[in-house]
Amino acid sequence: MDTIHACFKEKIGEVLLPGDVFSFRLSESGDGSIKTEKIICGPGLRRNGEEVQVCKSGILRHKQPNMYWIDSQQRRYVPAKGESVIGIVTAKSGDIFKVDVGGSEQASLSYLAFEGATKRNRPNVQVGDLVYGQFTIANKDMEPELVCIDSCGRANGMGVFGADGLLFKVSLGLVRRLLAPQSEIIKDLEKIFPFELVVGMNGRVWVKAKTVQQTLIVTNLLETCENMTSQQRQTLFKRVAEGSL
Amino acid sequence: MAKDGAAKLSKNLLRMKFMQRGLDAELKKQLDEEEKRIISDEHWFLDLPELKAKENYIIEERSYAPCEDLVFGRMSFRGFNPEVEKLMLLMNTHKEEEDDEEEDNVSRMETDITDEEMARRYESLVESMRKKFAKKRDRSAITKNKEDVNCDAVDNRPKKAFLKPQY
Repeated sequence: MDTIHACFKEKIGEVLLPGDVFSFRLSESGDGSIKTEKIICGPGLRRNGEEVQVCKSGILRHKQPNMYWIDSQQRRYVPAKGESVIGIVTAKSGDIFKVDVGGSEQASLSYLAFEGATKRNRPNVQVGDLVYGQFTIANKDMEPELVCIDSCGRANGMGVFGADGLLFKVSLGLVRRLLAPQSEIIKDLEKIFPFELVVGMNGRVWVKAKTVQQTLIVTNLLETCENMTSQQRQTLFKRVAEGSL
Repeated sequence: MAKDGAAKLSKNLLRMKFMQRGLDAELKKQLDEEEKRIISDEHWFLDLPELKAKENYIIEERSYAPCEDLVFGRMSFRGFNPEVEKLMLLMNTHKEEEDDEEEDNVSRMETDITDEEMARRYESLVESMRKKFAKKRDRSAITKNKEDVNCDAVDNRPKKAFLKPQY
């Protein structure tokens, strides 16, 4: 078991390129004892028989006890199961809504996948509405499917949201920085003024504040955050906080 | 056909149940085994060597959310949308509970009324529902029981049933 983790450990924090391979030659004599622990390959790593191949360029990251993934940047979203995204309803056809999530295909959202929806009691969703939902099916062979309830049937904040506000697109890396557990950007933004934020993992962010100006200020701050170091960001936020007060 | 006798009966016919009632146990066993052999010969099977399924110890995970422990996507700051702020607390403490493997940190949600108040109201609710669906005779019995504070033994009168007239 240590051989496997050792193969990875020497590369944690290093830049890897697609085509790099981690192969472990396990002896057959050990039989059951060696193959007990599992390794979880996150995004950017692929299983190829007994080897693990890198398929995206980026930095190798590790999380205890056994999770490895490649940290990379991109703007194009690929649907993955279990992720929560913001979608725009584009069409209503029969029993399902077609939702644009920014992927290669439009996702389908059944009208029964809302809290408290029955055949008689249809949810109030119009074309052009913003929807926050999770993927139940998202692979390269099938059309992705969204739902706005969890497995217990509760909405938990998903569903149609937001009458006002502004929707804009950012890179996926910034989205992950915003959603990180102790995000500094969020902490800095909180201090400026009260506002509401919905972040979808497909790179879409929706912002709403008291006035249109404040909304635009938050939007511009988020868009510029991408390419700034934390110091530059903090000085900018301070200037804005003083300016707006 | 009567002249031919038992010799000309077919094998299948002889194998039938009603023809075997007169046979010995041994002969019966032999016939059973023959039948089983015929049936199992007709079954199809794959003539391949035994392959052991390889145990996959590498799991693929396509989403970033479990890798980086991403929080819930809807956020509200400084009380802009109180419902979303409640949701944030709910979803994020729920996630923390999953991570902590200590005993349950049951975070009590804010309640509008206390537990005792809730229990009292529930009691009276049960009582009123029972009265509503009770028959007329039982309803008076219920109210009589309630007035008896000391909870003395109640004399249960026999239920009024039909008495056949005696001539």
